[in-house]
Parts: sequence; structure tokens; C-alpha cells
Amino acid sequence: MSGAFRVGTGGRIDRSRPLHFTFDGRGYTGFAGDTLASALLSHGQHLIGRSFKYHRPRGILSAGAEEPNALVGVGADEAHYTPNLRATQVELYEGLVAESQNRFPSLTFDVGEINNLVSPLLPAGFYYKTFMWPASFWKKVYEPTIRKAAGLGRAPREADADFYARSYAHCDVLVVGAGPAGLAAALAAAASGARVILCDEQAELGGSLLADTAALIDGKPANEWVAAMLADLQSRDVKILSRATAFGYFPHNMVGIAERVTHHLPASLRDQPRERLWEVRAGQIVLATGAHERPLVFPGNDRPGIMLADSARQFANRYAVRPGSTAIVFTAHDSAYGAALDLAQAGVRIAAIADLRETVEGPLPSRARRAGLRVLTGTTIARTGGQLRVSSAALQPVAGGTTEDVPCDFVAMSGGFTPSVHLFSQSLGKLRFDDAINAFVPDTPAEASHSAGACTGIFGLAAVLADGAGKGALAASRAGFTPAALRDSVVVAEDGAGPAYAGATPLPGRGKAFVDFQNDVTSKDIGLAVQEGFRSIEHIKRYTTTGMATDQGKTSNMNALGIAAEKLGKPVQEIGLTTFRMPYTPVSFGVLAGASRGALFDPVRTTPAHDWAVARDAVFEDVGQWKRARYFPLGNETMHQAVARECLAVRRAAGIFDASTLGKIEVVGPDAAEFLNRIYTNSFTKLAPGRLRYGVMLREDGFVLDDGVVGRLANDRFHVTTTTGGAPRVLAMMEDYLQTEWPDLNVWLTSITDQWGTIAVQGPGARDILAPLAENIDISAAAMPHMSVRTGLISGVKTRLFRVSFTGELGYEINVPAGEMPRLWEAVFAAGQAHEIVAYGTETMHVLRAEKGYIIVGQETDGTATPDDVGLGWAVGHKKPDFVGKRSLSRSALVAPGRKQLIGLLTEDPTIVLEEGAHIVADPAQKIPMTMLGHVTSSYHSAVLGHSIALAMVAGGRDRIGQTLYVPMPDRVIAVRVVSSVFYDPEGERLNG
Amino acid sequence: MAEISAWSRTGQFIFRGRPAMVEEAGAFFGVTLPQTPCRAETAGAHAALWLGPDEWLLLADADEADALEAGFSPLLQDRPASLVDVSHRNVCLTLSGALAARILNCGCPLDLDERAFPVGMCTRTILGKAEIILWRRAPEVFWVGAWRSFAAYVEKFLVEARRGLA
Repeated sequence: MSGAFRVGTGGRIDRSRPLHFTFDGRGYTGFAGDTLASALLSHGQHLIGRSFKYHRPRGILSAGAEEPNALVGVGADEAHYTPNLRATQVELYEGLVAESQNRFPSLTFDVGEINNLVSPLLPAGFYYKTFMWPASFWKKVYEPTIRKAAGLGRAPREADADFYARSYAHCDVLVVGAGPAGLAAALAAAASGARVILCDEQAELGGSLLADTAALIDGKPANEWVAAMLADLQSRDVKILSRATAFGYFPHNMVGIAERVTHHLPASLRDQPRERLWEVRAGQIVLATGAHERPLVFPGNDRPGIMLADSARQFANRYAVRPGSTAIVFTAHDSAYGAALDLAQAGVRIAAIADLRETVEGPLPSRARRAGLRVLTGTTIARTGGQLRVSSAALQPVAGGTTEDVPCDFVAMSGGFTPSVHLFSQSLGKLRFDDAINAFVPDTPAEASHSAGACTGIFGLAAVLADGAGKGALAASRAGFTPAALRDSVVVAEDGAGPAYAGATPLPGRGKAFVDFQNDVTSKDIGLAVQEGFRSIEHIKRYTTTGMATDQGKTSNMNALGIAAEKLGKPVQEIGLTTFRMPYTPVSFGVLAGASRGALFDPVRTTPAHDWAVARDAVFEDVGQWKRARYFPLGNETMHQAVARECLAVRRAAGIFDASTLGKIEVVGPDAAEFLNRIYTNSFTKLAPGRLRYGVMLREDGFVLDDGVVGRLANDRFHVTTTTGGAPRVLAMMEDYLQTEWPDLNVWLTSITDQWGTIAVQGPGARDILAPLAENIDISAAAMPHMSVRTGLISGVKTRLFRVSFTGELGYEINVPAGEMPRLWEAVFAAGQAHEIVAYGTETMHVLRAEKGYIIVGQETDGTATPDDVGLGWAVGHKKPDFVGKRSLSRSALVAPGRKQLIGLLTEDPTIVLEEGAHIVADPAQKIPMTMLGHVTSSYHSAVLGHSIALAMVAGGRDRIGQTLYVPMPDRVIAVRVVSSVFYDPEGERLNG
Repeated sequence: MAEISAWSRTGQFIFRGRPAMVEEAGAFFGVTLPQTPCRAETAGAHAALWLGPDEWLLLADADEADALEAGFSPLLQDRPASLVDVSHRNVCLTLSGALAARILNCGCPLDLDERAFPVGMCTRTILGKAEIILWRRAPEVFWVGAWRSFAAYVEKFLVEARRGLA
């Protein structure tokens, strides 16, 4: 059932493919090739939404990307719902479900329209003035109310069922826009042999030519010429992207393009990504982005049924839709006469053409007059009538005088054209004001770009084609190709030329004259901003919000500027233009996220023993990108119970722990020891092969960066370990120093984090478990003391065996090639059964090391701790000539008394476990804000000690040992006693077991 | 179309050192270490991939790794060079087919046109959020190396990219 406003023949729709869709629950029919906007218009449906602030009824203003009003939510279910789509860009498909936005309870009756009636209370900047106090009202009353009342669409309630993709691409010449200029540019560039990408936001390529039924190019009607051009381009090295919006122009000629791959299809047919993000790096770029028609700012210019003239022409010519029955054309530019003629051809009665200009000549107005259309020069529209649709317009001579109310159901308006300089401006190209067309045009580019066609202010078709071809050839030549000789196209076309109109129409009268339709900014709002003292367009923009809506002011910026210029009595170019920002049109979150969701959100790194831990029901925690087993609950154990059991087992028998995530770096070369001596605070030159040393690494500012155990395997080879999270940072810093400070050192770094899996075996039984497995390594206490390293075979596997402990118990860390680790893990675990070995996780590791007062970099330290602050002063080789950070350690602030120092805390009530991060004060009765002495850094229940323990960084902490301090919490104050940070086995005898 | 092979482990070493050592190392390994940036050389089962001005990835059969390391050891001991076994750090797969380059370009920002990335070219680069080593073996065949803990991510990424290009 085609709509009553569908023209019988013509257009680019496929009448053999009718499509059914619903809008606000009502069924409609359209055709393949329709947009949602053209399909609704074919049924006479102009009303499509409610405005942002005043909830005024709004219709379809345009036919394209610049649409400020016709925003709809599309999707048959929540998992496929997308809000805020421009109906003018939504391609129709079978079963499409669309709904209007920002209305309650319905589009035709909206209670929010009260805002329109009380609008004198809601001038520009009203929320700055009105909602100032009481301050507590902002969060609970004002903001939620405003957010609900003023807004666009709603977010979908379910996760997106579609998937998205991303691609990088490269080319010699990228052409943005496939109108006449872009097509000509692409052909010229491709003919030179350059690799070309041509992108266009529309489903069909051709731009303005798709709606041009009059022009002849090389003897062909425009649409046939387009088809021939596309066939030619496809035969060359040209990648053509349609439905692909170049939304951002980034540094170094990188353009972001959002391609709608299947978004124009029913959800059931979307077996490909809904959208794809293209990141195109181009040698040269031709911007052929066209121009947008400028609305006229007159009272009541926002009623449904009032539309841009060239858009009306597109609906008639391209979509075979009559936008109304009786039209008034209101213009300040010749091109609208062409639109009037085409609309008349499509069966629209043209009641009058009102032209603001006194004298109107030129081919198009002449043709309109010859066709008998009623042309009224020097005439404005004083007001319009109608509620949900325009019903009349009051014509009035610009010179003043009586008004004539003319009934109509449609007004086509044109203030001329504004070149679309969005991408050019995003690339930081400089704009120039062109008096001849009363608009800004590209001047000096900042990137390797060339603007072509209407976006430079060239409007005649012949000139546009020539400019496009010329810029395409220039771009190819700049990219290093020799342009081929192409003959100029022969064009027969009638073009509307002349300057565009900027500002409000004369005789403003009563009623709202809208400048920015999407943000509901009127000409009076701009005037008010000037009256209140704003002079810069940047300030006027922010105060009134003009041009700040999602349409980026495509239809409003120049008119806002014109009004401000008039009020300030300055020429437009002196007011300046606001900055264009990406995206050109809104971009979905989905296309930006691409595949980075679910399992691909971020790499999940697992250790070689991961599967074993999974099989043992380990509970995992994320440590950076790593999954680490946190604890291994048995039966219904809670974390607390499991950790207590694991801790006691390690202290009394033995535990096995996966330490594979530790960062590891192999440092090799004759100068390896010298290098480490300069990197670490400790001395490494005298470390003998076969020995381990705990090392501390500082940043240049003297604060602890990382720590770890370093093993010397040979004179020229070290196995360095870092914290799990610090591995990339430490390697990068080491490499940086080698390349920039000490290129003379003969030493090289290789990351071996993933090469070696690390099995920690800790506890009094550790040696007995490993002894039978060690094939050619004597691990007796005498042969292999604490802090030594041996290479050899363990259970048939090549190993770098460390005798080291992060638990305070006798312990080993068995480094084996990662692929061999699962087998060895099983072997050790089996051998440990007789010794009551348990698997323990990171939580137990944390408790055990805290019982010993061992710090964790990033937990006890926060980037402002010196080695002495955390009790590692002993590890600083003050006698060394230098090491990274040495000079900083003598800065006055770093040696001043009262620095925060690592100490232990014991709660008076041994069952209370302090909260990590809790603050510590001396006097809990003092007034807020209290003087805080420090904070709790680690806090656990210690099973072996039978009470809670905590580590803390406290000002002058070591001098406070024995004092009672307080931890104020929301519900109580907890008294704590300051003690040494070593809670268990302070003499360290167990290490040597 | 594109095939993503299973991951495999081979003998892999990182060789780094002063220019004077490069020729000797190549002579012992049996492959001239390429001096042209981002180029790979092969000889039999051995390959040497240029990764940096003083860094090469050496590839060999998995069962040959220990013998190679033992052989290199006396040559490099206390001399200005470094050889580190990364046979268990790195895993590799082969991506082949007409869509191979386009699949990689879903996460790799390099220009993989054959004019810019010819057969024999190799480089350390990224795929999505993981580091990979990419080596073009034939116009439609890429060798992809990754650290073992990133392998699952890389494989999932390639499969997902292929799904979007079917």
C-alpha cells in the first residue's frame, strides 16, 4: 500500500519491493531505496519528534546527515535497539520498528509541552540562573528532573546482540564524499595508478546528482553518468565504501570511518558485523564533503511541514515523494526556485515563492516566472500557523505593511548553502570567510588534504566536476604518481548561485524563531547572550548551547553567527567560528569498541598450571591481565577458612604455589653485572655466580619502582625477576637506560616471563619433597644455602632452581620451561603428598609475607616511598659511585624527619581486622578534619599467630613503636598498638631450616 | 577464505649483540642474519628474522633447541652478544588464504599491501591488544608469533576477525 504522497513514477526507489515497517506502533509501507523519513513522508507523516527543551512538535527538516529534528529509536527488540538515529539516514528494511523520542505519553499529546507555554521562564542559561540553590537540590531534584525532561533517546535495556569490527587500511589518496566532486577526484587519482579509497555516508554514491533530474553530463542524465563512473572506478584500484561516514580527521592523515555493514538490514540477516570502524591512513586526502542548506530564521520556522528546499527537492526527485500538497517556498537564494520547479513537477501546488531579496534575476527565477509560479520578492514570513503541522504562513513585505495569511501544508525554505568544512576544520585547517557566498571556506590546510567542490564554496556543477578532477590529480601527484590526462566533462546544468543568508529574517515579530532546532535555541536567546555581555562566539555558544547538539550545528552555526554579528555590529568574520569537533555525525559505542568485548575485551593471560588450578576449583583473581589462583577452597570452605588452612599448612608442612606470573628478564653480556649495579640500589658486581640477591630499583626521583630477586647464573648471565605488574615497566626502563645513557655497556635484555614457569615450594618439608626429584643438583642445606641458584635437571626437566622464600619458610622456586611446567607441577604435588603439601594461592601468599613484614611494591609503596621509608635502607649501597635514583635520595625532603615509615599495627581486640586504606590518627577526639598520620597498607587475620596483623605507613612510624594510635571508622574508633613490621619469626631462623 | 593453523612450538632464540658478532653468529647458525630492517632470511629449517638494529629472532626445529644453545655457548661466552632461549615463551601459527592480510588488518595497523609489506618482510607489531611477530612467507601466507600467555587472545582475535569478513 504505497502512501498517498508517493509520486507515480520516477525516483530511485524500487516499486517492485514494498517494505513494511512501524512507527510508534502504527504500520506503514515503503519501498526499497526509501529512508525512514521518505517513507513516512510518503504517508504525509511530518510530525516525528518533540524538541529537546520546549517539547515542541517537530518534523523532518532535511534529507540527510544534517537533520536536527527527526531523531528516532530503531530496533524490534532491546538487544537491537539504537536510539537517536536520524530518520533521514535510516534505510528502510522489511520489519523495521521505529519509535519517536522525548515525548510522554505520546507524540501528538505530550505533557512536556508545558515547557513551551512557560518558555519565558526558560531563557538561555536558565539553569545557570535558576538551579543554583539549595545546593543539595541539584543532585536529587534538579538534575534527575532536567535529565528526564530534556533529552534525546533512551539507552537500550539489553546487551547489544550484534557484533562489530574494525579494520585498518592504507591508501595513496582517500576521497571523502562521492558526489560529483568526489567521483571526479577518485577517477583522476585512480587513473594515475594511485591506490584510492572512496567513501560516502550514503547507501548510494552520487551525492547531489542522485536528486538532479535536469543536468546532463557528457550527454548523459546525471544518474546514468554516476553509474558509468562507478563502473569505471570499480575496474581500477579503488576501494569503494558506501554507508561509510568519515566522522573524524585525526593527525597525520588518519581518518576514522564508521561503515554501516549490516545496520540497514533486518536483524535476522545480520550475519556480518553491524558496523565496522575503518582507520584509514592516507597519503593524501581529497575532501569532497559538499554543502548543507541553511534554514531561514523566522517566527514559527520549526513547525512540522517546514523543510529545507533542497531536501524537499531530494524527497521529490530521489524518493518520488511529495512533501506536501500546497507549498510556500521561502528563500533568499536562487536554488530554491529550482526546487520549486521540481516540486511543482511532482504535483505540489506552489502557492507562492517569497524571496527576501528585492531584486531576483538569474536563470532559475526566470524559469519559475515563465512557468507561472507566483514570485513575491522583498517578502518575508512574519509567522506561521498550525499545531502538529504547518497550516498557513503570513507573508509580509520586508519593507513593512500588511500581512497575507496563505494556507499551506508545507513550507520549503532556503537561506543558501554552507560549505561542509567539518573534517577540514577538525584537521586544524584554517578557514577563510568568503564574502561572495557569505560563508566560511577552507583556506590553509594543516594536513596533506585538498578540498574540492561545494565544500570550498564552488557550486556550479561544471565547476565542481572540474575542481574535483583537478584536486584528485593534484593529490595523486603529491602522492608521487603522474596524473593521467583526462578530458573535462561537458555539463549542461542550471545552477543557483549567490551569497547565502546569515541571521534572522527582518521584522522578527512575535513567536519563536529557531536557530538551533536540536537544542531549541532561538534568535532571542542569541540576542539575550549578547545583551548579557557575551562577545566571543565561543562564549555565546556555551551560554546558549547553540551548535552544541549532536548535529554539531550543521544547520545553525552560520545563522547564530549572523545574529550575533548583527547584535554586536561587527562583520561575521570578526566574530569568528567555533571549532568543529569529531564526530561529524554521532558514532555508536559499539563501533568504537569493535571486537573488544567479552573474551576479547583484554587479553586474559593464564599460567602453565592454570588448568590444574581450574580442576582443583581454585578461586581466581585478576592481577593485571593475569588470572591467578587466589585460594583453593575444599568443600564448603569460605575464603577465610581456606586461607587459614593454607597458611598453617605452609608454616607446618609445605605448600606449592604458582609464581609464574613474576616478571623475568634475562640480562646477558660481559657488562651485565655493571649494568645491574647501576640499575639497582644494591651492589651486584660482587655477587658470585650461583648466588641470589634481593634487589630494589628506584625511579630517578628516588622512590621505589620495583623489587625482585636476581640470580647470577654465570659471569655474564643474570636471571632477574620483577613484580608481576612491573615486568613491562622495568624492562622498558632498563632498555631506555641502555639505549640512551649507557650505550657503551655490552649487555642485552630479553624478556623471559613467558619462557619460564615458576613453581614455589615453601615450608619446612620443602627440601624433603624436592630432594628425590633433583637429579643432578645437591640441594642439601650445606650445598645450597638460602639465596642460591643452581641449574640442572629436576624430574628430567631443565631447571633454574632458586632457593628463596617469600614466606619466611625454607623454600624453593623451581623455574622450568613453561611447556614442561604442568608435568613437573604434578610430579612435585605427587611427591609432596607424603609431606602433606597443599596448594596455596595469592591470598595465602599475601598473608604469609605480611606475617614476615615483606613489602609488596604498589601495596606498601605508592610511588612516594624511599627504600628507608619501607624498611629497606639496608639494601641501599650508599658506597656505590652511582645508581638510578641515588642523587635524589639525599634531597632534603627525602631525608627530613617525620616521613611515613613502614610499621606493624596490632589491634587491641585481636579479632578485629583493620580495613586496608583506613587512616590512622593520634587523637580520635580531635575536630574534623583530623590530622592523619598515615594509613593501613595491608591487613589480615594471621592463623599461625591467632590474631589480626596489619602493616601501615605512619609518619615517624619507627619512633612510635609502643604507642597507641587510633583508626577512626564510620561506626567506631579502633585502638591499635604500633609494633615492628615483622610479626613472625623475627630472627629469620626458619629460612635456614 | 582463510585458514588459521593450530599453535606450534619450535626452537626459538633471541640473539642480540654488537655488529662484530653478527657475522659469526650467522655463520654458526647457518643463516646470514639479515642487516636490512624487517627482513627474514631462511636456510633449510633455520630462519633469522631482523627485529631491531641489534636483535634477531632465530628459528629452528623444536628438538634442535638444546643442541643449538649448547653450540652457541662457547662461541658467545663473555663476548659482546646475548643468546636467550625463548622456545617456550613464543608460539607460532600460520594464517593463510586470500583474506589473510585483511584479517590481520582488523588488529594490526600496518600497511599489509604487498607493495608495502612484501614476501620476506617481518616485524614486531600488534594485533589488537597483543604484541605479535608477523612474517610474510608468501603473498597469502603469514607466520604469526606470540608469547604463550597471549596466544589464546591472539587466536580468538583472528577467529573473530575472520567471522567479520566472511
